[in-house]
Amino acid sequence: MSTRAKSMRAKFIGAMTIGVFVAAFCVASHAGPVHEGPKLGKPATPEEIAGWDISIPPDGSGLPKGSGDAKAGAAVYATKCATCHGAKGEGASAEELVGGKGSLATDNPTLTVGSYWPYATTLFDYIRRAMPADAPFSLSADDVYAVSAYLLYLNGIVGESDVIDAKTLPKIQMPNRNGFIEIYRP
Amino acid sequence: MPVGGVMARKKSQSGALDSAASIPVAGGGLLDRRLFLAGAGALAGAGTLLWQRPVWADTLAAAPFSLPPSMLHPGKPFSNYGQPSPHEKTVIRWISANAEVTGNGISWTPLHDLEGTITPNGLHFERHHNGVPDLDPKTHRLLIHGMVTRPLTFTLDALLRYPMEQRLVFIECGGNSNAGWNPEPIQTKVGWFHGLVSCAEWTGVPLSILLDEAGVDKSASWLLAEGADAAAVSISIPMKKAMKDGILAIYQNGEKLRPENGYPMRLVLPGFEGITQIKWLHRLKAVSSPVMTRDETAKYTDILPNGKARQFIFVIEPKSLIITPSPGMTLPGPGLYQISGLAWSGHGKVAKVEVSADGGKSWAEAALQEPVLRYCFTRFRMPWRWDGKPAVLQSRITDEAGIVQPTREVLIAKRSPNDYFHYNAIVKWSVADDGSIAHVY
Repeated sequence: MSTRAKSMRAKFIGAMTIGVFVAAFCVASHAGPVHEGPKLGKPATPEEIAGWDISIPPDGSGLPKGSGDAKAGAAVYATKCATCHGAKGEGASAEELVGGKGSLATDNPTLTVGSYWPYATTLFDYIRRAMPADAPFSLSADDVYAVSAYLLYLNGIVGESDVIDAKTLPKIQMPNRNGFIEIYRP
Repeated sequence: MPVGGVMARKKSQSGALDSAASIPVAGGGLLDRRLFLAGAGALAGAGTLLWQRPVWADTLAAAPFSLPPSMLHPGKPFSNYGQPSPHEKTVIRWISANAEVTGNGISWTPLHDLEGTITPNGLHFERHHNGVPDLDPKTHRLLIHGMVTRPLTFTLDALLRYPMEQRLVFIECGGNSNAGWNPEPIQTKVGWFHGLVSCAEWTGVPLSILLDEAGVDKSASWLLAEGADAAAVSISIPMKKAMKDGILAIYQNGEKLRPENGYPMRLVLPGFEGITQIKWLHRLKAVSSPVMTRDETAKYTDILPNGKARQFIFVIEPKSLIITPSPGMTLPGPGLYQISGLAWSGHGKVAKVEVSADGGKSWAEAALQEPVLRYCFTRFRMPWRWDGKPAVLQSRITDEAGIVQPTREVLIAKRSPNDYFHYNAIVKWSVADDGSIAHVY
């Protein structure tokens, strides 16, 4: 709490104790919005945090154990993804995931995982939390690694037998890694 | 232009003024905005003016003039929660969702059916990625963790005991108005084109209070926010913005948030695009750099002609729209009309809105309805005498940062016709001699 806020609170309590309610109100009303809460947050345990912290940043921290390659991923993709995203990621009721290589600076840019996404870690992060849409979080870590590997393979970024896991996924250099210009200036 | 106002005042003093038609302020029949102000009656002999209003094509004739039946019988009983009149059934959000994943899509606010600046809660636009979750306020918790001294969880009951603030602010989806990128002008009602924006009073706990309680590390300059929905929508936001004026909102227009707007708690970041204002908020993680989630890389970024893309755009650029009249409405005949519309900017207040009725050859400043608030809808109004000839109406906002709404040509030259998000160009309506209105570029 700031010195000013402490001083305001002291004045408030002091005024209350001598019963000068009107004066107290005037003091409080000049203090501006109260900037301190009743501190009712309950300490979160490491286990609680681990259960909820599903974000995977570019350095890959938080990636779980497990692994998969494109061959395994093809089977997962066929049963869980192809209906909406097309047999080979070409898109259907949901967007295309494959292709668009070299198209970004043309009159018809095609934005896909391969052509546009700057980080491979985003694949794991997003697939696990949101896909398949009818059953998010239903894929095992192995399945998520495998289907990520398959999409990277279809985009020509990894080989069919390359093993994708917590170590290899963050190291993948996406083609459009340096394609973004940050606009926000705090 | 301001010159017109001066001219009108002089005429008024001379007593020579007998009609609003005498005080054009710009081409195409735009009249002095002070027609609307108290005391302006003397200025323009306003009591004698015959105001018209645009009508919808399917408007019916009035009933015969006799005592209404409602005066002959008792009315309906009280209701626990009021609903709009059954006669307003057509005032709805227009839903556009994915065929396979019906919870992924949008619904548009019917801007063309609303007045004033506040969006009714049932008509606030929606953007859901995988449906509206049914969250129990007794079990829902907010976790604050990451680069903090004290990772904490908060229940709604606890949060309700915190000091609160309210903010009247708009929320606009970064994809709003994106039909403007189409090569041909879309012909639809204005809400189905620009209605992914709404304005409400949001009340809740300043985020800074909660973040301070957790003790954010100085090097944590970003904050990952995540919702408890079936897409676990997540986005990285600048810590500075969260600390400056972010709100953990619990109330919307005085009542608890609607489920589709984040019940029981959501982020409100005044002036930022909608995707950052995470609904059903259940987790905030202090981090040193952006997590690079799907919605801050693959989406809500702007592809440029050189193949590079703008990222972390966040701030809503100034936009204004003429809502009355607009496509779907018809002007019943020549005469005096009130042009009315909305303007807003993520940079702060609306400084001025100019209107043109002659295709942009001349402009005049519209009246801004008070209060003009930062990050809030501002309603503008402009008197206009339509002479029955073809006209092109458009509005242009300048915000308090001095940023002027660009023409479509300027916006496309600066960005790319292949862009998808963040369209804020000037919008033009053409009025045909039969009074019909169309969208034109």
